[in-house]
Amino acid sequence: MRLTLAKRSPLPGWIQVLVPVGAILVTLALSAIPILAAGGDIRLSYASLFRGALGTRYNFLETCVKAAPLTFTGLAAAFAFRAKFWNIGAEGQLLAGAIAAAWTGIHAGSLPPAAAVPLVCIAGFLAGGAWAAIPAILKTKYKVDDVVTSLLLNYVMWHIMGYLLFGPLQMPGSSWPRSPAIAEAARFPVLLARSRFHLGIVLAAAAMLIVWFINSKTVFGYQARAVGVNPRAAAFGGINVNSVILKTALISGGLAGMAGVGETAAIHFHLLMDISPGFGYSGIAVAMLGRLHPLGTALSAFFFSVILVGAQSMSRITGVPTYIAEVIQGMSLLVMLVALLLTEYRIKAVRN
Amino acid sequence: MEQVFTLTFLTGLLAAMMRMATPIIFGTLGEILAERSGVLNLGIEGIMLMGAMTGFLTTLSTGSLWLGVAAAAFTGIILSLLMALLAVWLGLSQHVSGIGITLFSTGLAMFIYRLAVGSPTNPPTVQPFTRTAVPLLSSIPVIGEAFFTQYSLVYIAFLLIPAVWVLLYRTSWGLSIRTVGENPFAADTVGINVNLVRTLCLAAGGALMGIGGAFLTLAHQNMFLIDVVGGRGWISIAMVIFGNWDPVRGAAGALIFGFLDALQLRLQGLGFNVPFHLFLIIPYLMTLIALVTMSRKASAPAGLLKPYRREEKG
Repeated sequence: MRLTLAKRSPLPGWIQVLVPVGAILVTLALSAIPILAAGGDIRLSYASLFRGALGTRYNFLETCVKAAPLTFTGLAAAFAFRAKFWNIGAEGQLLAGAIAAAWTGIHAGSLPPAAAVPLVCIAGFLAGGAWAAIPAILKTKYKVDDVVTSLLLNYVMWHIMGYLLFGPLQMPGSSWPRSPAIAEAARFPVLLARSRFHLGIVLAAAAMLIVWFINSKTVFGYQARAVGVNPRAAAFGGINVNSVILKTALISGGLAGMAGVGETAAIHFHLLMDISPGFGYSGIAVAMLGRLHPLGTALSAFFFSVILVGAQSMSRITGVPTYIAEVIQGMSLLVMLVALLLTEYRIKAVRN
Repeated sequence: MEQVFTLTFLTGLLAAMMRMATPIIFGTLGEILAERSGVLNLGIEGIMLMGAMTGFLTTLSTGSLWLGVAAAAFTGIILSLLMALLAVWLGLSQHVSGIGITLFSTGLAMFIYRLAVGSPTNPPTVQPFTRTAVPLLSSIPVIGEAFFTQYSLVYIAFLLIPAVWVLLYRTSWGLSIRTVGENPFAADTVGINVNLVRTLCLAAGGALMGIGGAFLTLAHQNMFLIDVVGGRGWISIAMVIFGNWDPVRGAAGALIFGFLDALQLRLQGLGFNVPFHLFLIIPYLMTLIALVTMSRKASAPAGLLKPYRREEKG
């Protein structure tokens, strides 16, 4: 007897939708192992997790605040992966966006908010897009693997940021790697009183709708999908594959750049070395869990945010280290991968 | 400026180069084993962090440095077997599986560390490895102190370079590994168990990655910090490509990286105001340029990134 995988006939649509839900439930069940190992009471732990993330108005809005950058990086990954452009570089593109937002934001003091806010957004979007264009050009022109180049460029951008924060962008008189504060006019307005619910969250929701529109209602969205499914067939059908990949990269990198804009212009108001706790990498897991669909991606960003915010209060109440959030995130990606496989294949026992 | 052109400076620089290169050599050799069999292991960054963590905690609780190294190797093997389950046996995307392993292991390493030590104001430390002088060789001026008065793990890393080379190019196992990596269908035809070879290569490579991580917490430093690996896993991936999947050339890349890293540290130590971040970009740019110039030769193992399913030939 041995076990093999056999192709399934396609499953009905409602099961496809349920797969991420199932994956989340399996992940939460598996998370009981590290929680138990940390001596946490299971019911209390999960209760404090969800109460901490969703229990009060303020906590719920904080969860929205954290979901915004994850939605942007998740959309960045989802948009790129759909065209099989393996953009693992959202982290670097986020940093590029943050640097551009900080740079323009610092100097935007003389502008009215109606001009300064769009300016930092455009600067951040363009910077992220330009940074993502490098792996796209290397892929299309020189056939260099996009995974490796986009990944390496994360560190290049991190060091560029380090250079700037210890040099030209450092706050005068400070020995810390920290930029001057950006102008008041360039800061995202807070939209709901007694919270940090800011403009960036609305922008993230708008980005989700725009990506959905591009994907399903435009010729470009159709072409990107065709390139993702089979680049050779797409080229044979008259699609300029290189141009599609480059445009995909620009939009994907721009979305990641917007995550950096939000963190700079709505949360920290300075550029800092630790402006991103790995949102770019989490975005990959967010996109996979969302099945590369814009709405799914936004929902899974919200789920990741629930875990991140909830882990704080779980830790306070039960003493389980907050890093449980990172464990759950990583686990959800692995579980989702296996779940996706099981929608396409079934495990079959074969007699030798 | 005079202090730069002294023998003491040179000796210190070369010795530091060896130490900075060592974890990357472990990582690069581990990754070469995996990739030569056809599996890109992007879990390396997380595996190295788990190795750094388990190595440190094991030594902290037992007092034995070598037990720490063994624990790190064991952890690397376990995580690589998870990678093998996903990317080899289930045939899932190597990219996404690897990223998943890295995300998961990174979280787990920090979680277990916190669990074990809590959050004290001063992180706990271990008595790290001390340097061992090689008899005779260590008394050669400059070279002796730089190359032959090092940690045992440094010697092991440098001995592993020819060992992996011989394994790949001069043994029948190496031939099997390379065949599996280049053409799994041909390998299967001649009776090689493709998935088993890939699993073993991942496991052996994972052990090396784990030890590379442990070097950071047991020799290079004496404590575990969350950013202790700090991208060295990704650098190793770059060095594999830079070295054209050859252990000797990959290790040479790691030495160049170690040299630049050591140089910026030494110059900073002398009070020079070097923009060290710009220095540290050089190895990445070097790799990117190498990627572009080499890409036409297409020297990556042909079977890389492709899961092997016998029934889905071609």
